[in-house]
Amino acid sequence: MNVTRSFSNITPNLDAGFRAAALAEGLIDVRYDLLDSPVGELLVAATDRGLCRISYFPERAEDEIARTIGRRLLRSPLDEVKRELDEYFSGARHDFELSLDLRVAEFHEDVLRELARVPYGTTTTYGALAARAGHPKAARAVGTVMNRNPIPIVLPCHRVVGANGSLTGYAGGLDVKEKLLALEGAR
Amino acid sequence: MEVVAIPPFERFYLAHREEVFGYLRRLLGQRAEDAWQETFLRALRAYDRLEHGRHLRAWVFTIATNVAMDELRGKQAESLDDESEPAVELKRDAFRDLEHLTGDLPPTERAAVVLRYGYDLPYDAIATALGSNEQAARAAASSGVRRLRRTHERHA
Repeated sequence: MNVTRSFSNITPNLDAGFRAAALAEGLIDVRYDLLDSPVGELLVAATDRGLCRISYFPERAEDEIARTIGRRLLRSPLDEVKRELDEYFSGARHDFELSLDLRVAEFHEDVLRELARVPYGTTTTYGALAARAGHPKAARAVGTVMNRNPIPIVLPCHRVVGANGSLTGYAGGLDVKEKLLALEGAR
Repeated sequence: MEVVAIPPFERFYLAHREEVFGYLRRLLGQRAEDAWQETFLRALRAYDRLEHGRHLRAWVFTIATNVAMDELRGKQAESLDDESEPAVELKRDAFRDLEHLTGDLPPTERAAVVLRYGYDLPYDAIATALGSNEQAARAAASSGVRRLRRTHERHA
C-alpha cells in the first residue's frame, strides 16, 4: 500500500503527555536531548544520578547508551545541562556544577577525577595527568581514558595535550579541541 | 539466527506512534488518545524484558489490541462518539472507509479486519494480537468481512 502521510495525528500535547507520564512512572533509564552548540550538535544524556554522556555523534551515542546503560531511552529536555553548557560556551562559566553518573572502571575514574581538577584556560600533558592520578608510567593509558571520556567538555579532556605542546587527538576532532581551547583563552 | 538489536525506545516510539494511533482511532474513535498513551506505557514497562528486536511492529499492535479490547469490552454500553472533541480528519481514504464500515463489528472481528486489511499484518501476527491462533484469526477476519458485506448489501 502506498500511503503518503501529509500530517501527524500525534499532537504536541499528546506526545508531551506520554513523555511526562513515562518519566513520572520512573520507566526511563536515560533521558537525552540534542543541543546546538558552537562545536556542532551535541547529544547530552542523564540518568537519575546525573549527567552520563555528552557526544559529538548523536546517532551512534543513542545505540551505545542503549547497549551499556539501558534501552529505555527517551528524549526529554535537560534544562540544567543546557543552561550550564550555554553559559560555558558564552564564556560566563568556568566550572560545572552538574552531578555526574560516570559508570567507568576504577582506573578511568581515578584519571577522570584528576582531569576534572585541571583549571579552565590551562593545559596539562598526558604524562602529568597520569602522575597526578597516581600512575606515573601510564601516559599512554591516560590517552585511552581521554579518548573514551564519556562526558567531554564537562570533563575537560580538551585541556590535555602532548608533551611537546601538540594537540595530539580528540574524539570530537582536533578542530573542536582547538576551538574549546581558544574559547578558554588557553591558546 | 540473525540477531536483531532492540532499538533505543525513542527510536521504536517514533517509528510506530503514528500507525498505532491510526489503528486505535479506527477501533475506538475519540477514545483513542488515552488508549494510545496506555499502549506505549505498557510497551515501555515491558521494553527492558524484550529478548530480541524482531516483530516489534506486531508486538506493539498486540499491545494496542489488548488495550482497545479492554476498552471496548468494558465500555460497550457507551456510545463511540460520547466525547465533545471534534474528530481528527482521516486523510487516508482506505482507512476512512474502513473505520466507517467496521464501526458496528464485534471488537475481535473489527480488530482482525483492520489489522489484516488496514495494516497488512500477517495472520500469525494477528493471532498473537488477539491472543488466539492463526485459524481463529482468519475466521474472525472472514466473518468480519462477511458481516460487512451483508451490512453493505442491506444499505445498498
